[in-house]
Amino acid sequence: MSTNRLNSPAELAALKQRLEKNRNANKTVVTVCAGTGCMACGCEAVLKTFHEERKKDRLENEVEIKATGCHGFCERGPLVVVHPSGVFYQRVKPADAKLIWEQTVKGGQLVNKLLYRDPQSNEIIKHEKDIPFYKRQMRIIFGKNGFMDPTAINDYILLGGYLALATALTKMTSEQIIGDVKKSGLRGRGGGGFLTGKKWATCRAVKVDPKYVICNADEGDPGAFMDRSLLEGNPHQVIEGMIIGAYAIGSHEGFVYVRNEYPLAVKNLTVAIKAARDYGLLGENILGTGFNFDIVISRGGGAFVCGESTALMASLEGKVGEPRAKYIHTVESGLWDKPSNLNNVETWANVPLIIERGADWFASIGTENSKGTKVFALTGRVNNTGLVEVPMGITLREILYDIGGGAPRGKRFKAVQTGGPSGGMLIVEEAQPKSHGSPVAHGDIRNENEAVNLLDLPVDFDELTRVGSMMGSGGMIVMDEDSCMVDVARYFIHFLTEESCGKCLPCREGLVTMLSVLRKISAGKGTMEDIKYLEELSQVIIDTSLCQLGGSAPNPVLSALRYFRQEFLAHVVDKRCPAGVCKDLVSHAIDNTCNGCHACLKSCPTSAIVGEPKRLHYVIQDKCIQCGACYQICRYNSIKRVKRGEGDKLQERAREQWRPPLKKVTAEVS
Amino acid sequence: MTVAVDTKYDLQSKIEEIVGEYGAKSTALIMILQDVQRQYRYLPEEALRAVAKTMKLPLAQIYGVATFYRSFTLKPKGRNHICVCTGTACHVRQAVVIVDKLERDLGITAGETTADGEVSLETVNCLGACALGPLVTANGIYYGNMTVTKVDKMMSEVLHKTYDSETTEEAA
Repeated sequence: MSTNRLNSPAELAALKQRLEKNRNANKTVVTVCAGTGCMACGCEAVLKTFHEERKKDRLENEVEIKATGCHGFCERGPLVVVHPSGVFYQRVKPADAKLIWEQTVKGGQLVNKLLYRDPQSNEIIKHEKDIPFYKRQMRIIFGKNGFMDPTAINDYILLGGYLALATALTKMTSEQIIGDVKKSGLRGRGGGGFLTGKKWATCRAVKVDPKYVICNADEGDPGAFMDRSLLEGNPHQVIEGMIIGAYAIGSHEGFVYVRNEYPLAVKNLTVAIKAARDYGLLGENILGTGFNFDIVISRGGGAFVCGESTALMASLEGKVGEPRAKYIHTVESGLWDKPSNLNNVETWANVPLIIERGADWFASIGTENSKGTKVFALTGRVNNTGLVEVPMGITLREILYDIGGGAPRGKRFKAVQTGGPSGGMLIVEEAQPKSHGSPVAHGDIRNENEAVNLLDLPVDFDELTRVGSMMGSGGMIVMDEDSCMVDVARYFIHFLTEESCGKCLPCREGLVTMLSVLRKISAGKGTMEDIKYLEELSQVIIDTSLCQLGGSAPNPVLSALRYFRQEFLAHVVDKRCPAGVCKDLVSHAIDNTCNGCHACLKSCPTSAIVGEPKRLHYVIQDKCIQCGACYQICRYNSIKRVKRGEGDKLQERAREQWRPPLKKVTAEVS
Repeated sequence: MTVAVDTKYDLQSKIEEIVGEYGAKSTALIMILQDVQRQYRYLPEEALRAVAKTMKLPLAQIYGVATFYRSFTLKPKGRNHICVCTGTACHVRQAVVIVDKLERDLGITAGETTADGEVSLETVNCLGACALGPLVTANGIYYGNMTVTKVDKMMSEVLHKTYDSETTEEAA
């Protein structure tokens, strides 16, 4: 038996006290975010530089270097925070790490150029908590990430980890735990939003043994990565939640089904499970209470449908991940036909908080029927990409503008997509004010146009469902005026045709038909009948599909048709793609803002762009294949995507108006 | 001839080793196949037969699983692995332009390998590093905020590295 084993809750408390005593609060700690996002930006090299510098200066005892989990602000990665002062540095390159080491760690000075500068006020901000991106968040689940090494169980215990488990095992009955979870109002964070306490109670009531608890970490939604970051950054909180849940339900075996595409999450979770076993927090006789429970990791095979509970269980059994009809719920007959309680990563992570801080505290956050916080992956065309944890009921406006920092390059927001491929597209386009200066005019104009705008929609389970989308696991993809809604709808249906397991006909064949209709529309060959057909077919697929993959698959199309019908009509009637995305309907052309920088010319695969350096360029329309390379490259917004066939008209006008740039400044102003 | 027998022997013992790590439980089938694929860069028929034999499972079940899940491939992969993220966030940041460019330059469509076995091109549904979109990984290295010009740079880096290692191998 391990010598580290904790044989009672008292020993756990004693360990925490010992750790607190040994901790020097004034010790300098350099924390580097080592989530997948920052890893991709090169945080490993930054970490290496810090380690080298420390070795060179022989400060191993004085300075601690910590690779932590995700801080959430992926846009500004790699992130470095120096404690105890808590100075927050962003976009740190290995060379900058040297600077931080010399000036901040050794010299106690700030490195101004690495501090966050508020784009609006141009003010320099020193601390993480004061940055607008973090200010409006409520980080009850993710807050611990920045302070601990996810592979060090002692870091978690020092922050009060596993105390909730000790309380649950020794001071509470199963009924009390389930009662508390029910009272807290916690709803499943995987998408469906089913009441967690109710699910647990049903599973507990089934008189069959053994029972299983499962953690669903098969985060297949494109654009969602909060479960991964949680497993990477704070795996112990998920484990603790699972043990409490297992105790409440009466289960002794648990599984974590995690995507194989998340190697760091698998690694950190493996380390965490081993450490928990070593401390006697998993395995037999947990904390000397006589309760046995252990967790096995199962790596998924990369199928979106396996996020569905019955498909996931089939996959866990080593079978093809096909769902089954749920006449009998999985809490009664799931994995190997035994009662199985499945919850999402984030749901499990909420459980220790409810036990520790009380159901009333949890229920005080959020809206009437959606309690607590929700972590969203805010991505796409938004300035501050990253993970945001916000209380339920926050408005889309707050998320997009206050936290997200608006749309990049002065563009306008158009839509927000929540719920992944099962969710919907929501309109957040603000009507252009007629005149500037009058604050009242804004509201009036929206009434005049009768335009729907969901910017002030409170984000919670019921509200999102009401407007035709869903909470989903928490992906929130922002689109601006450069995104075509027909194209995005086609993208999701294409994704779903590939991910449909093929078991039932409506989903397998229906989606393929929908895809071909959407392709027809984006090619400019659609008719009004096609739009009607799409709506009819969507309803059939919703009504007759076996599982929720098919049942919610038409949502992106239906919501796009509901809020962006005009855009569909533009494709069908005018044969025009307003956003300039659908290749068959656009022509690329260069307008008079071109300064002849040559970048587009070099990028063109068919040599369709010609022009002398520093002179107006133009696109030879017959040669252009509309690949979009020049549009992506041009830094001066000079490439325009116009209606097919109208490219030369624009270019002729440009030729008449064009003047050679006098100075560099002139070019940029124009 | 002897070489062929040797490889076969190696394959069988290798698979027994992999299966042994998890125990011949069907729960571990996906993970076993993942490890086999990591070993051979794809799932050779021989390997599937060996897994079936070792785990005492019907070959049909193994084949079913190997063809159902996206992460498995029954065709050999190229020496270099280029993977373009086409998750929603990358899609709205025009990942399709990058895919088109790579397809044109390599003369293959996504999911294929060049005839010389040098490069495999794939798309993936999401790598979860959406702040860097459009994102491409080349042999596991992340290339973020991709543009068509950056693709050229990336490809020359990828191919040169290969050539370098080949020369060093030859020299050795």
